[in-house]
Amino acid sequence: MVREHIHLKIKRQNDPQSQPYWEEFKVPYRPNQNVVSILMEIRKNPVNTKGQKVAPVVWECNCLEEVCGACTMLINGTPRQACSALIDKLPDGVIVLEPLTKFPVVRDLMVDRQFMFENLKKVKAWVETDGCFDLGRPPIMNERERQFAYELSRCMTCGCCLEACPNVNSKSPFMGAQALSQVTLFNMHPIGKMNREERLEAVMGRGGIVDCGNSQNCVRVCPKHIPLEKSLAQLNKETTLHGILGWLKK
Amino acid sequence: MAKQKVIVVGGGLSGLMATIKIVEQGIPVDLISLVPVKRSHSICAQGGINAALDTKGQNDSTWEHFYDTIYGGDFLANQPPVKAMCDAAPGIIHYMARAGVMFNRTPEGHLDLRLFGGVKKRRTAFAGATTGQQLLYACDEQVRRYEAKGLVTKYEGWEFLSAVIDENRICRGIVAQNLTTMEIRVFKGEAVLIATGGAGMIYGKSTNSTINTGSAASSIYQQGVPFANGEFVQIHPTGMIGDDKHRLMSEAARGEGGRIWTYKDGKPWYFLEEWYPAYGNTVPRDIAARAIYKVCVEMGLGIDGKNQVYLDLTHLDSKFLETRLGGILEIYQNFQGDDPKKVPMKIFPAIHYFMGGIHVDWKHRTEIPGLFASGECDYMYHGANRLGANSLLSALYSGTVVGPSIVEYLKNMDKTSLDVKSTVFESQLKLEEEKYRKICQMSGKENPYKLHEEMGDIMRENVGIVRYNKKLKETDEKLQEFMERYKNIGVSDNSQWTNQDIVFIRQLWNMMELARVITLGAYYRNESRGSHYKPEFDKRDDENWLKTTKAYWTEKGPRFEYEEVDISLVKPVPRVYDVDGRQGKKEAK
Repeated sequence: MVREHIHLKIKRQNDPQSQPYWEEFKVPYRPNQNVVSILMEIRKNPVNTKGQKVAPVVWECNCLEEVCGACTMLINGTPRQACSALIDKLPDGVIVLEPLTKFPVVRDLMVDRQFMFENLKKVKAWVETDGCFDLGRPPIMNERERQFAYELSRCMTCGCCLEACPNVNSKSPFMGAQALSQVTLFNMHPIGKMNREERLEAVMGRGGIVDCGNSQNCVRVCPKHIPLEKSLAQLNKETTLHGILGWLKK
Repeated sequence: MAKQKVIVVGGGLSGLMATIKIVEQGIPVDLISLVPVKRSHSICAQGGINAALDTKGQNDSTWEHFYDTIYGGDFLANQPPVKAMCDAAPGIIHYMARAGVMFNRTPEGHLDLRLFGGVKKRRTAFAGATTGQQLLYACDEQVRRYEAKGLVTKYEGWEFLSAVIDENRICRGIVAQNLTTMEIRVFKGEAVLIATGGAGMIYGKSTNSTINTGSAASSIYQQGVPFANGEFVQIHPTGMIGDDKHRLMSEAARGEGGRIWTYKDGKPWYFLEEWYPAYGNTVPRDIAARAIYKVCVEMGLGIDGKNQVYLDLTHLDSKFLETRLGGILEIYQNFQGDDPKKVPMKIFPAIHYFMGGIHVDWKHRTEIPGLFASGECDYMYHGANRLGANSLLSALYSGTVVGPSIVEYLKNMDKTSLDVKSTVFESQLKLEEEKYRKICQMSGKENPYKLHEEMGDIMRENVGIVRYNKKLKETDEKLQEFMERYKNIGVSDNSQWTNQDIVFIRQLWNMMELARVITLGAYYRNESRGSHYKPEFDKRDDENWLKTTKAYWTEKGPRFEYEEVDISLVKPVPRVYDVDGRQGKKEAK
């Protein structure tokens, strides 16, 4: 069946303090549209289905090719990027857009995802370089290991894995797969692994790897198909070993 | 003297690299960015980064990299800075690999290299087909490390509005706006770096991100800094034409063996291979884009009668494609639906990169002391056409130049921004607050997004691959008409919280100012050089036009001056790709 209209139902909120409300929009159907292009269409003529002229919907977007992670939202209940949510592949009927629920709403579909970046600081997701000068050829790296590390390095901090995780919520300190998986990544890097212990210790306490319930929802929603289950399993092994060794040394 | 501070505007590769260089000297940085820096447009770069690492037994050299870059740029780039960039390139790659970039490796574990356009040797280091993302993430991580140490303060979700320039024409800080709270405030600093990228949004649809409006560059152009070579806009031959944006299919696809073809007389016709036997599918972008345009628009031989040809990878091994081009295969499949490993991709040229930009000297200083520019928003390294995989290099390299250049400037300063009269800051703040207030009150009939769409359509149509003076003139008149209509815009959102409408309206004006620079720059340049092609003047004219365009803002529109190009290292020769025409390949002994 071909749609005549693209019918959006959007959960809106004017600011962090106010109450959310629903608003609906209809845009004439054209092929090859995605959720971002429809939101762009709406702002050219921001009139809702009741015929009222309203403020254009606020949302974040940037690259429009699913590499920057900005336009992440709930689309028909699933966390994903709006740019790659092609209208022609969504089921017929009303398309429901909501802001992510694990992050504070700024306005409409825009949320504040700052705490993911803060978690990257907690786990020291970087290589301790001595300075940005040339020291000659970098250490060699096994291409097979490199391929796995590369998969992990494609995380765009979009927040889908946190949104889908039952253990990430306001009552739990669990940092979620996004930051944890970066520990696995940096512990694989030939220079990064020199600070392996510091990173492991950063994720051994509350909110760290032990709070993972292994529901594996993260892998199912990751738009980059990052093997998060393998990454977290490897991390689990490493922290356990590190814990035992630390205990033996006492 | 009080503690000095630097303001870096833009958190893409160049801004982050400069930040690292500056904080390594112990000088704190305020980093201003429209988006969380990890979402900057540098992530969209795919294919790789050039450096003559010479790890493939091909006797490559930095001299040859330099020569290819100058030749590829049709001799418009100043040569000494390009030479310095190519010499520094291997060291930059070495550092980035140390800092965590997961570059593809050879079976022995060394950095792997692949072929790119406009060159004969493997010179492009890469991390799958998401090299820009990987490089940006490594810089982001290093900057986060310094942020944790208190040396970097990030202001993400802030927009640069204008520079604060005192009565002696020295830059003392900036005025910026918080895009959530809409607060407008002054940031004082001893030096300001503008590293805000390209301006593809002027063309409506391009391969650029939505933040690439060129608004910051336009703003300092309107404050008196000249904009150089605006007419040189790269059109990437292999774009995926979309309704909302044109997505890039990396040149790496051709570098790894991809072939461009269409049907002629019922049979596949590999026109690039036929027309340019010396380079085949890996001709530079301007050449490939014009060829595809010719085949589709002039000869009417596009696939299915549309403006599109095939970019074909189906003859290549699928595991090979996954490890080397995975990122772009995924984009094509997600947005188009077909698997490029099985079905040839349909592509057409798309607006991609600004060779031109803010005029700077070789230390990336603008004409206003204290105000610097680097990255895509400067004009320095690519002449009339950029070679593939040189943009990530110039972004990073210019960061490594401007950082120390700023540190040097700071050392020689006699007073800090704190010694500057407070009225200097207050008056600029007032000006921006006033401008903002006026936009809030706009209540006309025009919709800013529709106006932007109209501007993009006409820019793509008339200031793209093929340019005619009549059309350029008409476009400039149209742009002035848009600027009149702009005054009749109506604001749809009257909230004082996260108002994206007002922000866009302000950016739109800045885009219009730069659109005129591009269009008139193209109109005056009566020759064909690199990406700038006029059928009425289809030869390069070194006698009259081997010079850099400099546009200065005036109330009546841009005023143009021209500047000699430094050609002290190699002599200009005709640029051809049907045979190997490079004459300075080997360094003169």
